[in-house]
Amino acid sequence: MKIEELNRDKVFEYIEKGVRIDRRKSFEYRRIVVEEQVVKKAEGSALVKIGSTEVIAGCKLDLVEPYPDSPEEGTLIVTVELLPLSSPEFEPGPPDEQAIELARIVDRGIRESGVIDFKNLWEKGAEKVWGIFLDIYSLNDDGNLIDASALAAVLALKNAVFPKIVEGKVKFGELTSRKLPLNLEVMPLTLTFTKIGNNIIADPSLVEEEVADARLSVAVSLEKGKAVINALQKGGYEAFTLEEINNILENAIKLSSSLRKFTS
Amino acid sequence: MAYTKRFDGRGFDEIRKMEAKVGVIENATGSAYFAFGDTKAIAAVYGPRTLYPQHRQDPTQGVLRCIYDMLSFSVAERKRPGPSRRSVEISMVTEKALIPTLQLKKFPSSVVDVFIMIMEANAGTRTAGINAASLALAHSGVPMLDLVASVSVGKIGNKLCVDLIKEEEDYSENGEKSATDIPVAMLPRFNKFSLLQLDGKISKEEFNTALKMSRDACHKIYEVQKKALLQTYKEK
Repeated sequence: MKIEELNRDKVFEYIEKGVRIDRRKSFEYRRIVVEEQVVKKAEGSALVKIGSTEVIAGCKLDLVEPYPDSPEEGTLIVTVELLPLSSPEFEPGPPDEQAIELARIVDRGIRESGVIDFKNLWEKGAEKVWGIFLDIYSLNDDGNLIDASALAAVLALKNAVFPKIVEGKVKFGELTSRKLPLNLEVMPLTLTFTKIGNNIIADPSLVEEEVADARLSVAVSLEKGKAVINALQKGGYEAFTLEEINNILENAIKLSSSLRKFTS
Repeated sequence: MAYTKRFDGRGFDEIRKMEAKVGVIENATGSAYFAFGDTKAIAAVYGPRTLYPQHRQDPTQGVLRCIYDMLSFSVAERKRPGPSRRSVEISMVTEKALIPTLQLKKFPSSVVDVFIMIMEANAGTRTAGINAASLALAHSGVPMLDLVASVSVGKIGNKLCVDLIKEEEDYSENGEKSATDIPVAMLPRFNKFSLLQLDGKISKEEFNTALKMSRDACHKIYEVQKKALLQTYKEK
């Protein structure tokens, strides 16, 4: 029997009274812990915990063929794997729709913010460009893998360094101290909200996710110090009113400034 | 630099010429065609029917399964046949866009399959697909609370526009991408959004205006959809 059958009524009952089962306020995140450069072999890496949800992201770099319509720009590929070890719900195999959607949400938040200076990932005259590979793995799913993944991805980028090049080829395992060309002042973050009945909460735990009616993930970044929205993704089986959407966006922008301190 | 005139000369809140037709695939329980200008989608519904594998059956309610794909020659650069990560995501959000209107509890242990195929693409394919799917579901007789109307809105340069074409999606100024694409879907009777995605860069205030524009556009699309359905029954 899935836990939502047992818990839905209790979670709902508490939420209606304005209380979450872990005693958090509606727009309160769980305790966040970040650790950077956790894997030596990766050019960049980060471990992020939001409550008991844990993900690890690694940034690997390589010289790759550019996309035909942008021969002087680097590339970015984001992959998410929901590991079976992180949850009884995940099965072994290629990324399923949940993993694909997650990767694409994280990708959009980073790409659209302009944090990566793609034009500086190419050396003038070179045939190949630098390709950034951001791979994110879930280690424990207690809800809101989206925000944990987005934060881990951006931190992995932030501390990444270029590997050495010897005779035009990458010397894997040998790192330089040269960081990636990033516009760090932009600092993209993704914040996820769910709707349970008529109540909106931020950073859903697993139980809250399983009884949620709908979900809205918001990617926010800073442009000249002012908050802008780079991506939105609605999930779940129910629908939002215009007022609910605006309420979520307002809170996403508010919360992003406190979340941003984990990226400094 | 500002986007002062749309590439195809339309008004900023003007939707492309729409075409909607119901009952286009004989074998299907329900089917429809929907087009925004050169973006053309066909949707076919099969079911409710038995769901296999059996362990995926839900005894309390029915399941909706959506698959979105494009003809390889629907786009300028051939799209390799078969699902892509993009089509998997679109299938997923399409399903979420349609589910709020379905009364799944009325057909437990069954599945309603919706297949969407893009015949020709000029941006807005997922929105045309949802409009076609919604009509196909209505045509199939599956109990629904409302139709679902879908359209894209966006910010091109500094202008908010309705129903983007490919050229607008790809718009850039000074070598920088300058387009924000916002696909939405609504249940018009309830004024609720069942699909909402965005990629680009936009302020909260501009987004709110864009969302209101999309709501007005969805109501216009709703009229076109209703007319197409009525037409089928008149012909009978």
